[in-house]
Amino acid sequence: MAVKKNTLAVKDQPKHLLGIQNLTIQEAKDILDEAKIFIKLNRSASKKSDILRGKTQINLFFEPSTRTQSSFDLAGKRLGADVMTMNVANSALKKGETLMDTAMTLNAMHPDIIVIRHQDSGAPNLLSQKVNCTVINAGDGWREHPTQALLDALTIINRKGKIEGLKIAICGDILHSRVARSNIYLMNMLGAEVNVVAPKTLMPKSIERLGVKSFTNMKKGLDGCDIVMMLRLQNERMQGSFLPSKREYYEFYGLTSEKLKFADKDALIMHPGPMNRGVEIDTKLADDINVSLVKEQVELGVAVRMACLKMYCKK
Amino acid sequence: MNEKILINARIIDPSQQMDEKGSLIVDENGKVKAIGKDVKKIDISSSTEIIDLKNNILIPGIVDMKAFVGEPGYEYKENFRTLSHAALAGGVTSIVTMPNTKPLIDNVSMVDFIIRRGRDKASVNLFPSATLTRETEGKQMTEFGLLSAKGVVGFTDVVKAVQSTETMAKIMDYASDIGVLIMQHAEDYELSKSGCINEGEVSTRLGLQGISYIAEKIIIERDLCLLNEFPCRYHINQISSKESLEVIKRNKENGLNFTVGVSINNLSLNENDIGDFKTFLKVSPPLRLEDDRLSLVEGIKSGLIDVIVSDHTPEDEEGKRLPFAQAASGAIGIETLLPLALEMHHNESLPLNKIIETLTINPAKILKINKGTLKKGAEADMCVFDLDAPWIIKADLLKSKSKNTAVEERKVQGKVLMTFLNGELAFKS
Repeated sequence: MAVKKNTLAVKDQPKHLLGIQNLTIQEAKDILDEAKIFIKLNRSASKKSDILRGKTQINLFFEPSTRTQSSFDLAGKRLGADVMTMNVANSALKKGETLMDTAMTLNAMHPDIIVIRHQDSGAPNLLSQKVNCTVINAGDGWREHPTQALLDALTIINRKGKIEGLKIAICGDILHSRVARSNIYLMNMLGAEVNVVAPKTLMPKSIERLGVKSFTNMKKGLDGCDIVMMLRLQNERMQGSFLPSKREYYEFYGLTSEKLKFADKDALIMHPGPMNRGVEIDTKLADDINVSLVKEQVELGVAVRMACLKMYCKK
Repeated sequence: MNEKILINARIIDPSQQMDEKGSLIVDENGKVKAIGKDVKKIDISSSTEIIDLKNNILIPGIVDMKAFVGEPGYEYKENFRTLSHAALAGGVTSIVTMPNTKPLIDNVSMVDFIIRRGRDKASVNLFPSATLTRETEGKQMTEFGLLSAKGVVGFTDVVKAVQSTETMAKIMDYASDIGVLIMQHAEDYELSKSGCINEGEVSTRLGLQGISYIAEKIIIERDLCLLNEFPCRYHINQISSKESLEVIKRNKENGLNFTVGVSINNLSLNENDIGDFKTFLKVSPPLRLEDDRLSLVEGIKSGLIDVIVSDHTPEDEEGKRLPFAQAASGAIGIETLLPLALEMHHNESLPLNKIIETLTINPAKILKINKGTLKKGAEADMCVFDLDAPWIIKADLLKSKSKNTAVEERKVQGKVLMTFLNGELAFKS
């Protein structure tokens, strides 16, 4: 009897998607397989399904976001969920209500899924301890952005057929990037070799311990790479003491067609957006449909998020 | 008070290089009348109370150089009464209270308040410290002379370091003349800005801004450079890294006189214990690598580090139940100081006598207070503990008003059985 009771207890616990670090390889692959089905649905004339009919999804965005927020919004709606988006930038939290209070308030409304974006690393973990529903991390601080990494993986698989054995370079502001961290974990799990390239001031300490090779030189870092992922360099980083100037950054780390030649001849470019054209990437290169996967990333983002919502929502 | 004799004790008193089986007689004024192996039951009168310590260890009451009392301003976190209970349960009989209260202890009337309030409410010996600078702003030194005359034992901005080199030079120059104790929190803010844990693999994985060991090292380097010019009584509150220890070693070898403390947190935990954002382990200075922890233990052994402090920092749950970067720093620790320190005896990394020395006579010497010793004539502040008794630390059972322990569920060995204050039994487990 005791055993039965335990299984029930476990079943009652919602699953959360807090980071790639918490996923098993199989779980990651299952999400990607599920997402492939949704790519087809999203390209068909009737995009609506009723998998999450009757379920409530709250998007809780503490940081402004266009892509991720609209992507989650659309993903929930296409699955038939009731989606509510809260932009907390101008709500009670600004008036001193804590994250926990907001969580308890929302929890009382019986949502099935909370999608959270927060400027503090670990905020989704904290939230998940306090609510009865599924928590999906839509980006926390510098820590993780799991759905971004999953959509990047799906995009690569779509084009290259696989991830195992590929060489992937992640370039730019690694220090402040949750996208970089989630991608490092996921690409490693799926069998890729990962290089990170950044000026020393934007490279996190002991990054090699995450299973990557680190470079401060684009030529060496891109050597033989199949995928070049560029990261956004936030403007505020330019004003601190991290870098001398935009011009110098572009000169040494901005991706141009010349620098792309250091990579494999069939190399493809990715960017999580929004792009700073002329800072981390040459504007023509960014729009070159032969090498840039940026649009595809956005498209597949919806499919990946649909897969995550479906698989993590409590039945 | 009747005279009493404590028999069958293993007395460890590093102030008189004593580690022997023996007895201790407390006279009717609460002072040590006789101590050691030669003291026999025969020496006493018929009215003397006899307490059999059953071969447990008797040490001078612990002197904790760094603890925060919530009064005034933060009574909801801790007050004199709750702090006293926690201290006595941990074998601590003398406490240096931190001045970062609300209002701050940075003027004579506040010191008066603390002393009077402490006299009424506390049941341990309190030694107030005052802020090093007005409003802890790091700009203008406080009234060292007047405050000392009121009974302030040391000056510290607690969790802040004086950033201006000019101000620090003036402070040390002035202090060197009047002989007050400066207790520095070594942290360069420009380097540690918004950091909340050690800079390294864990900060990279958790996506948190790290604090490099350089932030601590550079202030120590600066201050020791100044100390060379202005020899004052200078103490570094807490160090956390191997690199700081190297600077200390070099300077001590060059003959510079200063003292160094370390928090029990940095001796018993490392950054990996933070796990999945455990905010109760957010402390300042931050927990660092295991390699740093081992160096700190070694630093005690070699005498480079003089004292172990609890860095008792009560925080309510509200302050801790926040995303890590926003959560309050600090952990309670006064009650668990001794058992955690004894871990280093049980795992054979430190001799027992050395541990007791860093908890008793060393802090008393630095503070120039007549505590931490059981020499004949000293006030009989004593702690009796069972060296081997195992127990599990549980926040709910700790006596502090706040329950933010960094060592919840830790299995420890060594339990305080009795604490005496001025010869009177003040705590019994």
